[in-house]
Amino acid sequence: MQVDSGGQNNHGGGAHGVPAPRTPEASLAGIARVIRDDGTADPAEDPRLPLALVKSLYVAMVRTRLIDERLVTLQRQGRIGFHIGSLGEEATILASAAAMRPQDWIFPCYREFGALLWRGMPLQAYFDNMFGNANDPAKGRQMPDHYTGKPYHFGSVSSPIGTQMTQAVGFAWAAKLRKDDLVTSAYFGEGATSSSEFHTAMNFAGVFKTPTVMLCRNNGWAISVPSEKQSATRTFAEKGIAYGVPAVRCDGNDVLAVYKTVRAAVEFAAAGGGPTLIELMTYRLSGHSTSDDPRAYRAEGEVEGWRKADPLLRLRKHLETLGALTDAEDAQLRADTDAEIKACVEAAEAAPKPSLESMFEGVYAEKPWHLREQERECIEGPRPKAHH
Amino acid sequence: MTEMNMVQAINDALRLEMRRDDRVLVLGEDVGKVGGVFRVTQGLYDEFGEDRVIDTPLAEGGIIGAAIGMALYGLRPVPEIQFSDFIFPAFDQIVSEAAKYRYRSGGEYTCPMVIRTPVGGGIRGGHYHSQSPEALFIHTPGLKVVCPSNPYDAKGLLLSAIRDEDPVLFFEPKRVYRAAKGEVPEGDYTVPLSEAKVVREGKHVTVVAWGAMLYEVLASAEEVAASHGIETEVIDLRTLWPIDLDTIVESVKKTGRIVVVHEAPKTCGFGAEILTLIGEKAFLHLEAPPVRVTGWDTPFPYTLETDYLPLQHRITPALIETAKF
Ligand SMILES: Cc1ncc(C[n+]2csc(CCOP(=O)(O)OP(=O)(O)O)c2C)c(N)n1
Repeated sequence: MQVDSGGQNNHGGGAHGVPAPRTPEASLAGIARVIRDDGTADPAEDPRLPLALVKSLYVAMVRTRLIDERLVTLQRQGRIGFHIGSLGEEATILASAAAMRPQDWIFPCYREFGALLWRGMPLQAYFDNMFGNANDPAKGRQMPDHYTGKPYHFGSVSSPIGTQMTQAVGFAWAAKLRKDDLVTSAYFGEGATSSSEFHTAMNFAGVFKTPTVMLCRNNGWAISVPSEKQSATRTFAEKGIAYGVPAVRCDGNDVLAVYKTVRAAVEFAAAGGGPTLIELMTYRLSGHSTSDDPRAYRAEGEVEGWRKADPLLRLRKHLETLGALTDAEDAQLRADTDAEIKACVEAAEAAPKPSLESMFEGVYAEKPWHLREQERECIEGPRPKAHH
Repeated sequence: MTEMNMVQAINDALRLEMRRDDRVLVLGEDVGKVGGVFRVTQGLYDEFGEDRVIDTPLAEGGIIGAAIGMALYGLRPVPEIQFSDFIFPAFDQIVSEAAKYRYRSGGEYTCPMVIRTPVGGGIRGGHYHSQSPEALFIHTPGLKVVCPSNPYDAKGLLLSAIRDEDPVLFFEPKRVYRAAKGEVPEGDYTVPLSEAKVVREGKHVTVVAWGAMLYEVLASAEEVAASHGIETEVIDLRTLWPIDLDTIVESVKKTGRIVVVHEAPKTCGFGAEILTLIGEKAFLHLEAPPVRVTGWDTPFPYTLETDYLPLQHRITPALIETAKF
């Protein structure tokens, strides 16, 4: 695989160049795409996926979108504390998850609940995490969107930027040492490429040729910092060169292109070729999270341009050109998803809070004396006044 | 005098010092145009421009390492770490470098800089937006550690910290960023480092606290005064290290009883050090066992946050038991 360092840089002007407009056209110039503007697949690039797979990706992306929207509303209503979603980035997440083989493992950042659901986590379990109730697999210990999914070969989310990258490398490395046929992927934003974790992960992956796919979601922003202020390189992919890691840029809003690129990297890794860095060009249509108001730092005009490049619209158009999606089908999908979400929210809200005991469990494999003592003190002691 | 909250007071201090001293600059993640995720640096970018209010790439080690370099050069950097939970990628630079420069270079080099960072729980932030890591830095010789509880002190202490010759960790209790309001003088004034303040006088029991927990302590003090006639003396530490031990010893000599309250876990928390110091300096004055009311020795939980924190419901019984011992 080759780094495509021609064309435009990280969404806009280079740190040292004249700022270019941050339009989809400028950001995607020179990058191979599969789904063309008219919705047809470019025959020269088409991975020719089974139609059923493409349709299930559409279903998953619509569901992800609707879940996102509902969670934002729930946060605004004060029913959940926080949400960090993937609005506009669904193709980077769903198509890459789909391109991993069943035995492969995913090390998430924090926008990848869609990948977790794709991997089979029940929607109810995700909502239980969002409400931090007693049924939450993470036991209500972590803030919303900090899910965990070991049964689905999916990691446990933590907030500190970058930490999952080196871990994904180590996991893949362990599998390689044990001669197991297994690949890992690590998701991260382009902002995270500034962290020392990124550089260490790339270096270790390169030196030890670990079967790891490094998935950089270049969504243009790290909270309020635009991608061109994050790095002076023209692309994030070209950072692979310094570590001897093959790298490629990909149209992140093109489901078929993402699938094809990630699948190739997975197969390359599984065949002993080592790691690949993939820069998925996409755009964060929402604020950073429900805690953020992007109007304070970005022009609405920029967002407008990217709304037209919405990965959902592009896939829908593609399916329509294939005659594979009717309006009625689409409406049914949305209605079914809404109903399912509603039921999950009701159940999650009705579930009890985690027990006080659960707070003291899992710090260690065995509870030491001091935690037993503190647990007793907590349970036998007075309760706090109203919760928030 | 103007009424301000903590965010405004800290902003005011930064603005004042940046106008007064052109060596002062701010750097960190999202501190520029948007003015920080808590808006503490709001408006500074517009007034001082991108060379003095700098949005950095996402790398705490880079922020602090570069700030150290700037300080060595003679500037007065005030780096921001977005949450103190994210200070750990910079731990090496702070602990191995900033803290030791003066000593290891025989005084040739110094690192005057102030690392500002929001601290503590109470915003439903879970493990990684709630922790109180002050003890790790107090444990490191060469660092000063400050944690104001109110706008007046926040401004005065920040001005002292920026003018200090040593590296200072400036912890801002985010739970009361906007809730703590008070009169703040316009213009220049300082609150000296290493001076605690007796914020409530009493003769039965001494409580030492700082930051957001001070308000819980004051509420408990009122509660036990009304219910049991217990008069609590409350000390707002303000500067955690170097500690103003005299003020605490003075108070304990009067009350014979001490309770320390902090959000951080109990084990090796700063309370352990304070109580040991009291054991060393005022043992013969103690009439009751010294007590800590702290976060539990678990990671900071999400849903059970208020059961984790040492809030009024846990401070009140500790005051009563200690006073009645
Ligand atoms: C070590 C660390 N520093 C700072 C933060 C605060 N923070 C959370 S997300 C974020 C921006 C991340 O941007 P990027 O890596 O591009 O990912 P995106 O959110 O755009 O998907 C920052 C600064 C953090 N979580 N961890």
